[in-house]
Amino acid sequence: MTIKDKSVVVIGAGPAGLRAVEALSKAGLRPILIDEAPLPGGQIYRQPPVGARRDPKSLYGFEATKASDLHGLIVRLGDQIDYRPETLVWGIEGHRLDILSNGQFSQISFDALILSTGAMDRVIPFPGWTLPGAFTLGAAQIALKSQGVAIGRRVALVGAGPLLPLVAYQYWKAGATLCAVLDVTPFSPKVYNLLRLMRKPGTFAKGLWYTLRLALAGHPIQSGVRAIRAEGADRVEALVWIDVSGKERRVEVDAIGASFGLKSEAQLADLAGCRFVFDAKSRQWQPERTPEGRSTVPGIYLAGDGSGIGGADVAELTGEMAALSLIEDLGQPVEKARIQDLAKQLDTYAPFRTALEAAYPFPHHLIDQIDDSVMICRCEGMTAGQLRQAVSQRGATEMNRLKALTRIGMGRCQGRVCGPAAAEVLAREAKSTIEAVGRLRCNPPVKPIPVREVF
Amino acid sequence: MSTGLSAPAPASALFHRLSRRDAPEIAFTINGEAVTAREGDLLVTAILTHRATLRKFEFGADMRAGYCLMGACQDCWVTLSDGSRVRACTTLVSPGMAVVIDEIKP
Repeated sequence: MTIKDKSVVVIGAGPAGLRAVEALSKAGLRPILIDEAPLPGGQIYRQPPVGARRDPKSLYGFEATKASDLHGLIVRLGDQIDYRPETLVWGIEGHRLDILSNGQFSQISFDALILSTGAMDRVIPFPGWTLPGAFTLGAAQIALKSQGVAIGRRVALVGAGPLLPLVAYQYWKAGATLCAVLDVTPFSPKVYNLLRLMRKPGTFAKGLWYTLRLALAGHPIQSGVRAIRAEGADRVEALVWIDVSGKERRVEVDAIGASFGLKSEAQLADLAGCRFVFDAKSRQWQPERTPEGRSTVPGIYLAGDGSGIGGADVAELTGEMAALSLIEDLGQPVEKARIQDLAKQLDTYAPFRTALEAAYPFPHHLIDQIDDSVMICRCEGMTAGQLRQAVSQRGATEMNRLKALTRIGMGRCQGRVCGPAAAEVLAREAKSTIEAVGRLRCNPPVKPIPVREVF
Repeated sequence: MSTGLSAPAPASALFHRLSRRDAPEIAFTINGEAVTAREGDLLVTAILTHRATLRKFEFGADMRAGYCLMGACQDCWVTLSDGSRVRACTTLVSPGMAVVIDEIKP
């Protein structure tokens, strides 16, 4: 059996997965690329559905060339890869994947697997966050990019990371009515970290451009926001916030895009048995990844934001890196110089990433303000009060115990939305640390599937 | 399928179209009422350009309108008249689709 006969699968067709299949096919493999979306690009370079296509420049701005290049990769590679869009991997057992595609249930055995499953918005609940009209910041961006719609007629955007100025800029540019752009992190750490942020002058300049352009257009980003809440009887009618000086402010809006950084989508790595490590900077557990993209499980490789938040450019590099490690482990020589070059490029991002995390520190104050009545689980409606009761009355000190006692993380989203906030609430109530309370273990199916498909 | 300009979006709509306003129309229904979407619309867009909600929350007296729009949060599952359920943020609207949305009874 030669390397060409090996079954190699890549899950996720974002920047990491696409660069991975490119490197694999270059080495003579014919990888299977599985992706839930109908078109490649992932969330960051998400393509509008056929029929909703628009000019790449208007969709991706500065990144238009990069996006088009990645989108074209599938066409360029043609038959050299086995691309399977609109396909869900809902389980992993050993070296076998459980697949749902087009209503059909099947399995794929693999010799080697690259997980490039991406990230989603990190959610911190606030009063009114489940009202119709309250979305994540990522959702606000997807609505615009994929569909050419704003999430409302009068929109407020709230964030704690570099996504905020970007989405706000995109909304302004597209002609949406922006009523407030609020950053819940303070302004000063952005100044302190200025020099380190300038280690990636291109990225820094883009962020600065978005921010300044918005300010010129009359939408300055307000930093240091202390508290937020959405008001409305049966849909969002207003956003109320406490500004940096402690003054309560209110604006009538019908939609809010709010979320607070990113979190890795690592459910499949968990099912695959990968060991997880706690990343103190981003306050989350992530599958352990060596600089070369190896997980702790032989034959399973990790790339992109699904195993460490680094952004799209880093994802491309880690995708290629994981593929080269995989090829090497299959016994085929790889170009050492290329691995060294990738490692060197990745090294240049590390200080920038550190500075970015420092410039947008975790908004602890929003967690402190979650009162007992706030819903933490939007799937089934468990409140912060119920979680706290499980801690104070039944002694929960660990996430899976909390799950058993309250059902938190057992709803349809499998803890994707509530998990990080529930862990923060638990850690505070149990006077423990976010690291010590652990993480929700995942169970198949990682996303809802029709029951008839399983039995 | 009708052509030409459709009526402006009702004030009760949540999503607001900024582009693709002249894309071909697709006819579908919400609770039996004939409405139009645009080619390339995801079901979530098709519905929320007419109204502000997608479904009733099963565990309380609230309505929901989706949340993450990337297939992760599972907040936007919508019922069709044949009893099937689809995730509105990852399903394209198609001609004749019949969406059923339970309302909260006052």
